[in-house]
Amino acid sequence: MELNVLWFILIAVLYIGYFVLEGFDFGVGILLPFLGKTDLKRRVMINTIGPHWDGNEVWLLTAGGATFAAFPQWYATLFSGFYLPLFLMLMALIVRGVAFEFRGKDDNPRWRALWDGCIFFGSLVPALLWGVAFTNFIKGVPIDANMMYTGGFWNLLNPFALLGGVVSVLAFTLHGAIFLTLKTDEEISTPARAIANRLWLPLMLALLAYTVVLYLTTDVINRLGWNPGVVPIFTVIAFLVTGWFLRQKRDGWSFVVMAASIALAVITIFRILFPTVLVSSTDPAFSLTIYNSSSSDYTLSVMSTIALIFVPIVLAYQGWTYWVFRKRVKSNPQDLHY
Amino acid sequence: MSVVTLSQIQFAVTTIYHFFFVPLTLGLAVLVAIMETMYVRTNNEMYKRMTQFWGKLFLINFAMGVVTGIVQEFQFGMNWSEYSRFVGDIFGAPLAIEALLAFFLESTFLGFWVFSWERVSRRLHLAAIWLVAIGSSLSALWILIANSFMQQPVGFAIENGRAVMTSFLALIQNANVWVQFPHVIFSGFTTAAFFVMGISAYHLLRGKPEVFKRSFQIAAVFGSFSILMVILIGHSQAQHMVQTQPMKMAAAEALWETSDPASLSIFTITDQKTGKNTIDIRIPKVLSLLSYNRLSGEVRGMTDLQAEFEQKYGAGNYIPSVFINYWSFRIMVGVGFLMAAIAAYALYNVLRNKPDGKFKFLNLFPFFIILPYLSNSTGWILTEMGRQPWVVYGLLKTEDAFSPNLTPGMVLTSLIGFTLVYGLLLVADVYLLARYAKAGVESAPQIAKRTTDEEAYWE
Ligand code: HDD
Ligand code: HEM
Ligand code: HEM
Repeated sequence: MELNVLWFILIAVLYIGYFVLEGFDFGVGILLPFLGKTDLKRRVMINTIGPHWDGNEVWLLTAGGATFAAFPQWYATLFSGFYLPLFLMLMALIVRGVAFEFRGKDDNPRWRALWDGCIFFGSLVPALLWGVAFTNFIKGVPIDANMMYTGGFWNLLNPFALLGGVVSVLAFTLHGAIFLTLKTDEEISTPARAIANRLWLPLMLALLAYTVVLYLTTDVINRLGWNPGVVPIFTVIAFLVTGWFLRQKRDGWSFVVMAASIALAVITIFRILFPTVLVSSTDPAFSLTIYNSSSSDYTLSVMSTIALIFVPIVLAYQGWTYWVFRKRVKSNPQDLHY
Repeated sequence: MSVVTLSQIQFAVTTIYHFFFVPLTLGLAVLVAIMETMYVRTNNEMYKRMTQFWGKLFLINFAMGVVTGIVQEFQFGMNWSEYSRFVGDIFGAPLAIEALLAFFLESTFLGFWVFSWERVSRRLHLAAIWLVAIGSSLSALWILIANSFMQQPVGFAIENGRAVMTSFLALIQNANVWVQFPHVIFSGFTTAAFFVMGISAYHLLRGKPEVFKRSFQIAAVFGSFSILMVILIGHSQAQHMVQTQPMKMAAAEALWETSDPASLSIFTITDQKTGKNTIDIRIPKVLSLLSYNRLSGEVRGMTDLQAEFEQKYGAGNYIPSVFINYWSFRIMVGVGFLMAAIAAYALYNVLRNKPDGKFKFLNLFPFFIILPYLSNSTGWILTEMGRQPWVVYGLLKTEDAFSPNLTPGMVLTSLIGFTLVYGLLLVADVYLLARYAKAGVESAPQIAKRTTDEEAYWE
């Protein structure tokens, strides 16, 4: 396989890892004010993601680093172009990360409320902005012949992109709610399941609206054709099955299938993009592709060797820690770390 | 102000801030791992309490290192897009490898370590903290491989106006890495040693338990060795600098005219505009000694180097701020020798084994915690600002490296945002560190009404 293609796939894999894993911990953060009515409940919720959230975030850092290494032009155009939204996202991730560690270290209610707020907004803002960002990737943004972003801030917050943001917020919240049904005892898991059931339909409708707008306003039809292929179809099926399992109270399965539908959705997006990585709305000829934005073959081959050795190792030990912490978190204040 | 200047300020603020937390992580990870090793070996509960006490402070600090690190990963693209395009082929690789090899290791096993006390075997738990320590050192190694390329570009060719990698091995074997990396690692160890000594001293003075006596002893040994290494390696680094970036050294010594033997400045005030020193007290020959380990040898001055660079790279100003180079170098080295003296004094008292662990000047140790931070920050200011006007030495100037699509307003917004949030977080962080550090071993868990993390999970 061509190395440029391999790296496109690897970056897709990193985003899949990121959204599947950090997706549920964003969801838990968003649900904090709704499901965590008492301090103890909030602590239990935070402890469900305690051992994992940082490791989950590293998927994003690795995606960032890999983009820099494999497609430096993409890295440069994207992050300088999306400057202010990225700045907002970084701020959110910063306050969220310290909040997990800091909130439990003082029992003054105001202190805790402050950090709870940081966890909520720190999860909501990135969850929204990721949908906005990926929609803009597909839709295209103004990029000139020198691969420079020429639009402004508000350009990125167009209605279609915001609809994408709504989809991603709902999806991650649902994912988080399902995660909580697995990781907490009944006090939290029962209302979490109820919320998951209530979220499913709005997400379905938002997704439907999104697809319609996607077909009407972009050239997706040219890219995918009338028959979109198995991946998008399976995305929809997985999502329908998630709803069914939810109703059956088969939480383990609904989690697995929800994770699969997020993964499939990411594959769908990357499939639509391929081989473009940033579509130019100014002139398609100015778009960044995996060919005109990539590193040299030498760098790509060095990096491929390293990635093919270490990605499986990382997957193995991260998977192992999930297995170690597979049990439910008990509502016993003596036993909670955070 | 221009986008370049604002971006420079922003880079300085965010990176210095990140490096406020990193050295303590580097060193404390190792110290905590050593403590837990002692626990596993001796089965003495005292070491377990010790591990958990320092572990808690480690976590508070680590959280800050992590969140400020996230900004680092993206800001090359955000503010330095032309730089990223120019060196991405080379510079991106170590960054990606750092994330893949180091960050995953650190974050996954730290999460594991925190939540698995009493849940897994002691040896496995111990292995986790060692993996965290290895992870943080690996992280430093790879980021310094990236940074070293900016200081001393190797293993590349210029194609179509971009630098492309020709040898990955050369990048790793870059001579600059192998002076920079040990210097940074040991300065991290020194930072942690002073941190542990300072807090232990606070408790020893209040007659607090055995734990702090032992902690102080461990830190005194660890710190004395580390600061010695920092200084020895710093000396090699200075010699390396004379060879590879003579301008940085000339500015750090306020040396305008090439001389042989060269003199070391004791106190100099420079007028950068006229290129003259208004006050200049120097010891003859010592700069040659520092540079070559003998009393003679040519050290080139700024006037000469400027002329040579103009010939080589075209018109322009190639002299960095003498004031900044000069004083940052002086502060780093001065504080370094001060710390060496303090560490030796602490070690001396530890070896004399004062019965109750108290000795003269112990009450000053909490204040000494600040010292390594001074050296760390000024060391980096020297390294990075002394490299100006280059961002990649000899290849790309800072003024050609920024993101052209940004407006000053945008960068100002983010600069103010980062500075404010970082400032507030620092207050919260110091508050928590002080609170937990003062609480000591016995009462610490009660602050937040919780015990160890045992059995946070059930069947
Ligand atoms: C505890 C902290 C500490 C202490 C005591 C010292 N340093 Fe240092 N120094 C650093 C912490 C540091 C640093 C922050 O870690 C730097 C920044 C970049 C680097 O490689 O390490 C640094 C940079 C740095 C550089 C710049 C390298 C470059 O620009 O390429 C030189 C020449 C020295 N050091 C030399 C010394 C000498 C001769 C010391 C003798 C006392 C010394 N340092 C003490
Ligand atoms: C953690 C310690 C570090 C500190 C305190 C630090 C500090 C600074 C400072 C003060 C500047 C601004 C220079 C000026 O205003 O003239 C700067 C610039 C820069 N540094 Fe660092 N730096 C550190 C490490 C690194 C590392 C590890 C890298 C690369 C991997 C790096 C890459 C850069 C880049 C790209 C710039 C912008 C271009 C420039 O102004 O030259 N820095 N840094
Ligand atoms: C000399 C300079 C630097 C050293 C030695 C260093 C080392 C470290 C270490 C040991 C950590 C672990 C967390 C902590 O320390 O608290 C860390 C975190 C991080 N650093 Fe740095 N760093 C440096 C500068 C940079 C720069 C310039 C970048 C930009 C790419 C960067 C990116 C990151 C990121 C993304 C994290 C978060 C990792 C996580 O989530 O676990 N660092 N760094």
